[in-house]
Amino acid sequence: MDVGDVVVVGGGQAGFQVCVSLRDNGFTGKLTLVCGERVPPYQRPPLSKSFLYGDADLPFRPDDFYPQHRIDVVERSATGIDRIEHKVHLDDGRQLPYHRLVLATGAYPRLLNLPGSRLRGVTALRTLADAEILKGQLETSRRLVVIGGGFIGLEVAAAARKLDVPVTVIESLSRTMARAVSIQMSTHLTQEHGRQGTTVLVGRSVTAFDGDASGRVTKVVLDDGSRLEADLVVVGVGVAPDTELAAGAGLKVDNGVVVDEYLRTEDETIYAIGDCASYPSAHSGGQRVRLESVQNAVDHAHCAAANICGKPTRYTAVPWFWSDQYGIKLQIAGISTGCDQTVVAGDPEAGKFSVFCFRQGKLIAVESANKPADHVLARRLLAGDPDLTPQEVATPGFDLKARPKPPVG
Amino acid sequence: MAKITYKSFDGTTTIVDVPAGRSVMRGAVANGIAGILAECGGGATCGTCHVYIDEDNTVPLPPMLDLEDELLEVTASERKDNSRLGCQMPVSEDMDGLVVHMPERQL
Ligand SMILES: Cc1cc2nc3c(=O)[nH]c(=O)nc-3n(C[C@H](O)[C@H](O)[C@H](O)COP(=O)(O)OP(=O)(O)OC[C@H]3O[C@@H](n4cnc5c(N)ncnc54)[C@H](O)[C@@H]3O)c2cc1C
Ligand code: FES
Repeated sequence: MDVGDVVVVGGGQAGFQVCVSLRDNGFTGKLTLVCGERVPPYQRPPLSKSFLYGDADLPFRPDDFYPQHRIDVVERSATGIDRIEHKVHLDDGRQLPYHRLVLATGAYPRLLNLPGSRLRGVTALRTLADAEILKGQLETSRRLVVIGGGFIGLEVAAAARKLDVPVTVIESLSRTMARAVSIQMSTHLTQEHGRQGTTVLVGRSVTAFDGDASGRVTKVVLDDGSRLEADLVVVGVGVAPDTELAAGAGLKVDNGVVVDEYLRTEDETIYAIGDCASYPSAHSGGQRVRLESVQNAVDHAHCAAANICGKPTRYTAVPWFWSDQYGIKLQIAGISTGCDQTVVAGDPEAGKFSVFCFRQGKLIAVESANKPADHVLARRLLAGDPDLTPQEVATPGFDLKARPKPPVG
Repeated sequence: MAKITYKSFDGTTTIVDVPAGRSVMRGAVANGIAGILAECGGGATCGTCHVYIDEDNTVPLPPMLDLEDELLEVTASERKDNSRLGCQMPVSEDMDGLVVHMPERQL
């Protein structure tokens, strides 16, 4: 079915994928991808990992893919949406008419508004441009301080250790990745950081930065008055959804662009997907969530493309996520919010184990360290109605692979 | 550079020049070949880059490590003796002529 022109704003993971999925679904109309970063779409995960200490193959597709699939990549920013005339305004004055509009504007890093936070050498990491600068500075850095013990901060710390740069991570909560993983998993990863020579300070926050006469950062000031030497500071304190266009167009925004289970905003011609979208999740008891992950961006894109092509599809995909730190491959399936019981299975000593997270006896999430098979099976289990009990997981010798396999797809 | 032949489940054949050092998975994904999903981007953590090596294969293949072996046990399509993960096979010049078959499903 053809619906006329589709415009996608934001050429990140979600925007790129929705274009590909629209063509895969047989959409033959005009398709425009507005890329505010002014580079063709590329993947972000390596930016805090292999890109920093080695090589990474970043673009999703070779440049000729886009003309071949009649995807018009416009390297401009969208400045407004005219919902009555159905037009997107660009910063060069052009207007792009649409029948369906997809907002895939992503998120931007939260900044610290502290004395000295504008000094040179204090940086966040979201884009390829950020990563290129960081990579250059890491080569000569003699002291890195990472603010925020979340995924990106810890991955940057691990990459810096590979380059032999001394690193301190400062986390204001009582443990790393506190909102994202169980205490067992966070302890496991934090211990590995210690073994690799990274100092992790928890329960401490930053109050200011000192700089030298040239305007470059020299010290990080902590809330207990202590000062840490630093010639490079990476701020990894989370991101905020980019909702400017949506809000400007009068669409509802509440920690993200508000969409329904079809990923549609209240304007039925406009969808929002990926990091910028807040949607009701079947894996969170119907509560609204806004997730920041490749999986979320890709699966949202599949769903929105199907809906645009006239195949009404509810979004039900199981959320999952991964992070690489040193030799640890962490994978998370499901949403662990509200978890009231955890059971560890596998071999924590050998660094190969999973933490099964339950709420009122029901499996809601599984975190795996170097146990990819558990992760794959957990995703299949969570896609249905998991019958796994805490007692079963706690049985000595429990192995998810030995159970009857959950159905695929 | 090595020529790699990708045969999809529905019979479509695509031949691609894959630069040395790139994986068999990247060779497919970068050229938009359907049938290899590679959800984890090559981290040996998702098992959605499963391929079957052609029965008549003669080119040398990189060795299989534990993680790959473990993941192949849970792939969506049946594991066979010739199952491999595309992301765990970096391409070298001497792999020129490799033929891989895509499974019916990756998820
Ligand atoms: C360093 C790093 C490492 C990560 N590692 C992992 C990982 O290991 N695993 C994982 O699952 N996830 C990871 N993520 C998260 C993942 O990359 C994001 O969840 C994903 O990129 C979200 O895709 P998106 O398309 O919604 O947003 P984005 O990728 O942020 O893309 C949004 C795009 O829209 C553009 N845009 C915004 N407004 C406009 C406008 N008005 N006009 C034009 N363009 C506009 C932005 O410039 C941007 O290019 C990582 C993220 C980062 C930054
Ligand atoms: S791409 Fe995920 S296992 Fe190969």
